[in-house]
Amino acid sequence: MQEDLLPMLASGFAETLYMVVLSTLAAVVLGLPLGVLVVLTAPGHLEDSPRLHRALGTIINIARSFPFIILIVLLLPLSRFLVGTTLGATAAVVPLSIAAAPFVGRLIENSLKEVEWGKVEAALAMGASTLQIVVKVLIPEALPSLVLGLTLAIITITGFTATAGAIGAGGLGSLAIRYGYMRYREDVMLATVVLLVIFVQAVQWGGDRLARRIDTKHHRSSKDRI
Amino acid sequence: MITISGLNKRYRTAHGPVDALCNIELTVDSGDIFGIIGLSGAGKSTLIRCLNRLEEPDSGSIVVAGRELVGLDRGALREARKKIGMIFQHFNLLDSRTVFDNVAFPLELAGCPKREIGPRVDEILELVGLHGRKQSYPSQLSGGQKQRVGIARALANHPDLLLCDEATSALDPQTTASILDLLADVNRKLGVTIVLITHEMQVIRQICNKVAVLDQGRIVESGSVEQVFNAPRSSTMQLFLTHSAPQQVNGSGI
Ligand SMILES: Nc1ncnc2c1ncn2[C@@H]1O[C@H](COP(=O)(O)OP(=O)(O)O)[C@@H](O)[C@H]1O
Ligand SMILES: [Mg+2]
Repeated sequence: MQEDLLPMLASGFAETLYMVVLSTLAAVVLGLPLGVLVVLTAPGHLEDSPRLHRALGTIINIARSFPFIILIVLLLPLSRFLVGTTLGATAAVVPLSIAAAPFVGRLIENSLKEVEWGKVEAALAMGASTLQIVVKVLIPEALPSLVLGLTLAIITITGFTATAGAIGAGGLGSLAIRYGYMRYREDVMLATVVLLVIFVQAVQWGGDRLARRIDTKHHRSSKDRI
Repeated sequence: MITISGLNKRYRTAHGPVDALCNIELTVDSGDIFGIIGLSGAGKSTLIRCLNRLEEPDSGSIVVAGRELVGLDRGALREARKKIGMIFQHFNLLDSRTVFDNVAFPLELAGCPKREIGPRVDEILELVGLHGRKQSYPSQLSGGQKQRVGIARALANHPDLLLCDEATSALDPQTTASILDLLADVNRKLGVTIVLITHEMQVIRQICNKVAVLDQGRIVESGSVEQVFNAPRSSTMQLFLTHSAPQQVNGSGI
């Protein structure tokens, strides 16, 4: 171990965190409407539209089947256009968000479609609009499951940032490649891996806890449920 | 209060079409507690769900409180629904909301100002006997209490009409009786017209003043409860009567 290790890790971790936070936010901004639309346009749902439903599903599947590393290369021009460069953490946020958005859309779809249809019908019977049902019924009722989905999204995006790091995005991934792999600094390699593992564990632990907190608030006792 | 004429509804299924409702003619007067009874699959749920267009009729006319529901566009239908309350067999409360917030929900939807929501929710919870539970979540309530919340929610926005889709079928006999008493009570105190569907004679006997018998999508008999119970004309009604213990008509039940 050398004394340059700690500052290197600190700045690498800060960059990773920066990419994860920004990409997750952007992926939710893109993925939430996508997931909601897929649910609403499903057969028998509020805005039943088979063609739109199928089209959105196909877009999600195609986007998800691209290997991430290829997506980065394909999106280099977009990064240059939006951020002005293809290097660095901010530039990496563009492909990261776009790669994660369809995944987040699917997670949100899966959570929202678990909400009991009877609750939606009750809201309809009270004169709720589709938008009101999304905001006041589907999302709040699915919240514990949405939190778990978001946890999974953050962890997946963390994995993506390590890959992006390999081609110049910065963060722990590029640290591992530049020092650990190219300069045989095993201490750097090991430390980045340990740090990533701890980070992922912490996110999972926090997400589980938050989801459970919400769920037990809503279902404090199960003894008299029918 | 309600005039249904020439109402038809057919479901298209994988095994061919099912005629759930055939040429229904029905009149419900203001202040009635109108029961619709029939065997499973008779079309009861389809009929009551046509009354707020949760089910889309194929043809016919449904006039509720002077307004034709068939053909209303989405916006107008939403407005009409705000004045038609509904309660469900499985309650369909929102688990993410407290009792108070469940009852406040229809008032939020109706754009009621916040300062008016609180007093109205308190008032209606008092009426259904749940005032002490307003900060509870539905999961902490018994089935009967959940249905009381359902009733409070359905009545919060001063509806003209309350629809009950097998509202007591998930409850034990004692709880059923107390929920029926509550319905009779709100009918009397608030003057709200009630239409309920059931497959249980006891429900009709305890609270309804009028009844219609539905069989394979057709109304085979209707009239006042005394009339239909004392001189049943349809075989369905005769079947119901022989399979339920003979009791005083319009007695107070259990
Ligand atoms: N969504 C549906 N799709 C197809 N068939 C349906 C649907 N809902 C009801 N049915 C059929 O319509 C008939 C009447 O059903 P329903 O109104 O639920 O009867 P009830 O409430 O009296 O038991 C039944 O034969 C039922 O199978
Ligand atoms: Mg039914």
